[in-house]
Amino acid sequence: MKGSTSAPAGYRERHELMDAARLSRALSRMAHEITERHPDPTATVLVGVETRGVPLARRLARLVKEASGSAPRVGSLDITLYRDDLTAIGPNPVMKGTDIPLSIDGRVVVLVDDVLYTGRTIRAALGELLDFGRPSRIELAVVVDRGHRELPIHADYVGKSVTTTRDETVQVLLKEQDGEDRVVVYEKVRAKAPSASAKRPR
Amino acid sequence: MSGFPHRHLLGIEPLEPAEIQLILDTAETLREVLDRPIKKVPTLRGKTVINLFYENSTRTRSSFEVAERVLSADSLSIATATSSAQKGETLLDTAKNLEAMNPDMIILRHAASGAPHFLARHCRPSIVNAGDGAHEHPTQALLDALTLRQKKGRIKGLRVAIVGDILHSRVARSNLWLLTKMGADVVLCAPPTLIPPGIEAMAPVTYSIDEAVEGADAIMMLRIQRERMAGGFFPSTREFHIRFGLTEARVKRAKKDVVILHPGPMNRGVEIASEVADGPYSVILDQVTNGVAVRMAVLYLLLGGGSGEAAA
Repeated sequence: MKGSTSAPAGYRERHELMDAARLSRALSRMAHEITERHPDPTATVLVGVETRGVPLARRLARLVKEASGSAPRVGSLDITLYRDDLTAIGPNPVMKGTDIPLSIDGRVVVLVDDVLYTGRTIRAALGELLDFGRPSRIELAVVVDRGHRELPIHADYVGKSVTTTRDETVQVLLKEQDGEDRVVVYEKVRAKAPSASAKRPR
Repeated sequence: MSGFPHRHLLGIEPLEPAEIQLILDTAETLREVLDRPIKKVPTLRGKTVINLFYENSTRTRSSFEVAERVLSADSLSIATATSSAQKGETLLDTAKNLEAMNPDMIILRHAASGAPHFLARHCRPSIVNAGDGAHEHPTQALLDALTLRQKKGRIKGLRVAIVGDILHSRVARSNLWLLTKMGADVVLCAPPTLIPPGIEAMAPVTYSIDEAVEGADAIMMLRIQRERMAGGFFPSTREFHIRFGLTEARVKRAKKDVVILHPGPMNRGVEIASEVADGPYSVILDQVTNGVAVRMAVLYLLLGGGSGEAAA
């Protein structure tokens, strides 16, 4: 939904978690933490999880380059084929495709995603990634950790941790796809019956 | 468009252009899986697919089998030469017995036109038509379209010559539906005995191959189906080659960047000269790779999604 920042169907905006400046500061800090832990960026691959993880990975790579002088390679992962709920989510999601540009054997892979919620997306991403090789280490960077984990998964680099209820949904809006940089918490509109096109919360 | 609205793939005729587009786009994405170090994804784990082939096949069957394995479906193949069909079991009885084993999908190839439609009416699993008589062979047309799109960047506006045994060819019929739906200009070419009556309502017909290939962006050659020819449709294969075979000299009449397709198996020296089949314009082996991708897309679209009732 390019250019649209309206709430997902059945939800309304509750509050803004980050504006453009805060998001930018959070990403810079995360890039510095990545650089600190892995001083040689060429041994690191940033792999974005489709859809919003990919532009985030590109931004982090640029910021790592500013901090250390050289940029890590960037890949993308479309986890559709590895989902554990493919038959439960209704019509097939449209696939964006996976692109791992180099061998990940022996390298550090930092998975990048927008929101960490149940952990099931990351479980699927780990499964897919390990079919591409044997990284020396896999880490996870997310802009928002909103809790409610259903699996033993944690993030190594977090932009902001926030307490949410399951009735809420968190969206990271990005210039590249949404026309603006903003992180927003939405809440379910109660009176209305749940819309058939309601987005699955991540 | 999100999601594929059909439960079966019985032919190209009932599909909307946007649905064809979705299958091709999905196939394009899935093709990448074949280049991975581990050519397997868990997408269809726990799904059972039965390949039920009442006619001989190398490419189509192995291509479906590879697609099923890459997507982690459990599959078994039944070739009727070694099955109870030899003992006189009817198609419906065989299918009902297989249905009792609870498969999610049956891929059917049968000599009778409409056999998959018949199964779709009487059985629970999704049915995919892998070729029914002289009617349709939808996955072949889809893989041809994917190959054309890769080589030419589009299908709309392409001039495509379909040459050979059009009368017996389900490939020709499916391709004709697909290409006209997607906006290509199709011309058909065969001896008068191998042109089905009424087909000229769908696309212009010529009896001269030179005329058909003139300025073509793509040439689809069809196999002479001797197993379906009881009568004398043409005097000899030698004469057929002289009048209707695709030779190097004839290829020169087409556009410089023409691509040549053949669904296989080829009769070298009959409908296609060896130097053309092995030549630089030939995309016959790309067709085979794309065949796996297209069949993965069909499996994914028919079996991958849920019922449409989102369970968040």
